[in-house]
Amino acid sequence: MQYFKTALAAAAATAILAGAALAQGKPQEIKIGIATFLSGPASVFGVPAKAAAEMIAEDLNKKGGIGGVPVKLSFIDEGAGGEALVSNYRRIVQDDKVDATFAAISSGSCNQLVPVAEDLKVMNFMWDCGAASILEVKKYRYNFRTQANGTPEMLAVLIYLLKTKPDFKTIAVVNQDYAWGRESWEIFSTALKAMKPDVQVVAELFPKFGAPDYSTEVSRLLALRPDVVLTTAWGGDLDTLVRQAGQRGLLQQSTFVLGIGESSIQRLGKDLPEGLIVGARGDHWFLHPEKKNDPAFKAFNEAFKAKTGAWPIYPVYHMAQAFKALQTAYDKAIKANGGNWPTREQVVDATAGTEFATGFGRPVTLRPEDNQGLEAQLVGVTKSFPGYDFKLLDNMMIFDPRVITNPAGVRSVEWLKTLKPEFAKMDVPTFKQ
Amino acid sequence: MTRRIKPITTAAVIFFLVSAVAPLFVSSWATLFALILAKGIVVLGIVLLLQAGQVSFGHAMFFAIGAYTSAFWGKYIGGGDILLYLVLGGISSTVFGLIVGLFVVRYREIFFGMLNLAFSMVLWSLLEKMFPYTNGADGIRVARPGLLGFVFTPETFQYVILYVSLLIAAAAFYGVQRYLESPLGHMLRAIKSNETRLEYLGMSARRVLLIGYVISAFLGGIGGTLVAIIQQIATPEFGFWTKSGEFVFIAILGGGAHAFGAFAGAAMFEWVRFYAAAHLADSWQLILGVVLIVIILYAPNGLIGLRQRYRQSGKRGR
Amino acid sequence: MNSTLAILAVLDGISYAALVFLVSVGLSLIFGVLRVVNVAHGSLYAFGAYLAATFSIKVAPLSPWLTYPALLAASVVIGVVCGGFIERFLLRPLYGRDDVLQLLITFAAFMIMDNLQRLIWGVQPIFAAEPLKLLPNVTVFGVNYTSYQVILLPGVALMTLFGLRYFLRHTLAGAVIMAVTEDREASTSIGIDARRVYFVTFIIGASLAALGGALASPTTSLVPGMGADMIVLSFAVAATAGLGQIEGTALTALMIGLTRAFVIYLQPEFEVLVPYLLMVLVLLVRPYGLFGATQVRKI
Repeated sequence: MQYFKTALAAAAATAILAGAALAQGKPQEIKIGIATFLSGPASVFGVPAKAAAEMIAEDLNKKGGIGGVPVKLSFIDEGAGGEALVSNYRRIVQDDKVDATFAAISSGSCNQLVPVAEDLKVMNFMWDCGAASILEVKKYRYNFRTQANGTPEMLAVLIYLLKTKPDFKTIAVVNQDYAWGRESWEIFSTALKAMKPDVQVVAELFPKFGAPDYSTEVSRLLALRPDVVLTTAWGGDLDTLVRQAGQRGLLQQSTFVLGIGESSIQRLGKDLPEGLIVGARGDHWFLHPEKKNDPAFKAFNEAFKAKTGAWPIYPVYHMAQAFKALQTAYDKAIKANGGNWPTREQVVDATAGTEFATGFGRPVTLRPEDNQGLEAQLVGVTKSFPGYDFKLLDNMMIFDPRVITNPAGVRSVEWLKTLKPEFAKMDVPTFKQ
Repeated sequence: MTRRIKPITTAAVIFFLVSAVAPLFVSSWATLFALILAKGIVVLGIVLLLQAGQVSFGHAMFFAIGAYTSAFWGKYIGGGDILLYLVLGGISSTVFGLIVGLFVVRYREIFFGMLNLAFSMVLWSLLEKMFPYTNGADGIRVARPGLLGFVFTPETFQYVILYVSLLIAAAAFYGVQRYLESPLGHMLRAIKSNETRLEYLGMSARRVLLIGYVISAFLGGIGGTLVAIIQQIATPEFGFWTKSGEFVFIAILGGGAHAFGAFAGAAMFEWVRFYAAAHLADSWQLILGVVLIVIILYAPNGLIGLRQRYRQSGKRGR
Repeated sequence: MNSTLAILAVLDGISYAALVFLVSVGLSLIFGVLRVVNVAHGSLYAFGAYLAATFSIKVAPLSPWLTYPALLAASVVIGVVCGGFIERFLLRPLYGRDDVLQLLITFAAFMIMDNLQRLIWGVQPIFAAEPLKLLPNVTVFGVNYTSYQVILLPGVALMTLFGLRYFLRHTLAGAVIMAVTEDREASTSIGIDARRVYFVTFIIGASLAALGGALASPTTSLVPGMGADMIVLSFAVAATAGLGQIEGTALTALMIGLTRAFVIYLQPEFEVLVPYLLMVLVLLVRPYGLFGATQVRKI
């Protein structure tokens, strides 16, 4: 019983402190709670993103913080499981009183946390999760997505495929069996049916998330000989699939499309052959053709490489975007408030409709109708270049988000069904590496 | 026996009072305590089976059934009410408990545990794989229900669900204790101590165990329903074997000999996980594992046993 | 489905079954002798895989062929160090106590090892395919297979199966283990040190789990959480076969491997369900498993 007494005492103390903190004015710090994967398979995204967040915050504070106020980060682990995630999220919002949260990576986590954020009236940036449906079914006030969603991401990859390999007749899909794997295929296949109805889908494989072995799937695809194999898998699953397929010649037999493969390129190293189509969930590439000579961009990439041993991948840039969005929103809110420190609600008001320069790619706009971010998409094809022990992207196309994102208020799938074959003939700038 | 129960009952009353009062001071504790109570209800079912010497390594299936009953209702029928969810979760888990129970009560010990595990893994794979219906690994959202027609703001709701959980937990605790003291409860214990004698007395051990099993399935379903409402989601993870392991873990942690062990264990478990996850995000499992080993090796009767051991050694010293 | 595809499915099934067998047989052996379900078995598998990858990455620059002994070395190290530790310091104090405590303490070991694995090897997927790349591919009906998967793995599994059979039936140490399994009291009374037998058996079982992991490591990405899936799969195989049944485990692993492969060709949606559904069906009819003898343990 002893610890209950202690707990009661702690409770009383917290209540007093909370009362004292109500005094207005410029706060001592802006507290940001970040939900990211620190354990489980998705920590391949979460851990680099955490490193990026720490780097960015340190840099930001060195420059005086946001509106002269330093930021302070706290992290919660998405990998700890639903219960721990929600209770920890509530803890940082209700007890630690964070000013904004960035949550989360997995669409499953977003599905859980978005309504909680709305309930608790705390501004939340969905900084990495991609399920389009979250913002399509309901209009939120406190939740924003500071990047694109699955629809433009998959559509960009599909249009790239249609432009570079217009004559394919058969396609197979191997996706992880969870919301992203299923939803990305629904987007891709719906759009494919609308724009190129003569293509035949020869196999739809959804191996279990985290499956250690794809040998049987590879055998089946080797026997089926599809012209194109699509996968939107990531992390260890994608690595395993690509290596098992490569070892047995499947990568050479069919054209592989790695929907979000940008994050695996460095790890796969020499095991990744040339000629694979790779998407990046946004215009994210550490040698972004429009940015690669920008000193700030180069400095960031090199600092990140020095800190973690690898070049940044898309979740790192997504994390940076969330920070930029927050910074822009605060600056806007301070200005609107006549230079005084804004209330939380004023910051939320200012966030809607914000356009912010990411510094690491093209600017992103938070569409005011549904708080969905409009983010450009980069797709390329793998190619060897001297000086790198992994493949780089070549023949990159950067897609305009306003063209390939479904309009606000129209559900993705409904919109995709209305696309015509001419849609794929849009003009897109191509960049050599 | 009865004399020994009394201080524990006092501890239980204090525990329930603290659960009622402490969250009024720290609002995030409302959810934490609600979770502790809900899980405690599930673990009560494990403790019940432990009386018969049986360990179910698949009890998460009833937990998942309770949770998914609410989720399906919300997804396909819509609307919903805490009370309705609880009734439905209770019914579905009882029905499933009866069906599965009819098979598993024929076996004992490791075979009992194994068959439970097998059933729960089938359920888990179905929840994972039937994507069009269950949304696969991502689970189904459970919209915040009302209670008896009242709709609550999120702030009020966390207290509503806390007190609902508290009420049910207290009732379940009382009910299980009464049950264990009843003739049926004594027969359940006899399965562990001497099943053959039970049969000689003309009792069907299978029937006695089946009744215990169905009650524990019911408790699992109620706990699962509550957790789904608290978390606002039901995922296949609810039925995975590690979840079943966790429930047994909590029962042993608290002490399997007494109904209060369920709540003592749940409080300790969630507390460690909550604060370890907050401060040592990447080693909460490690900490829990070490705690469990220490308990098993040095305090085999669990947390509630610690007190007894302390008292006994004190007496001997005198 | 035509006969070509059927043959492909059989090949896939066999290579999958080989790995599953190695892990399950260790679990089964430990249960047969110690009567303990080792929940940490999946973690030993994962540790074996990670250590094997670490070793192979270290020795590959010297000569890629050294990766084979590295795999073996890793599994022995894990088996002796981790397996030995678990038996000696966690299980031994609990012999004669409630079965559930023994099971739970291995559950605690599982949680700790799962966490340690993240702390030691991190969360980025690790891949060490050298051993796989050394062996050529074989082509069957125009479909490439790695000979590592369709020849080497089944070969090792068969050798393990016959090795274990020989060891248990035709050597003194094996006879001692069998004696303790049959009747602990009687064998102790004739002077057999049951504790030592438990210790050695646990190490053998743990090494087999680690060997399974080590052999799997060239074919797959090593990621956090790989142990949790393996333990229930291997448990399903061992239980379906009948705990303690070595030949039975081999046949069951083959059965589950083949069914799984055919399901992926015909109805991929049901792949995950296969082993567990088989397990329920078998246990309902034969609670002691397909090959388990009824008198193994009744009440």
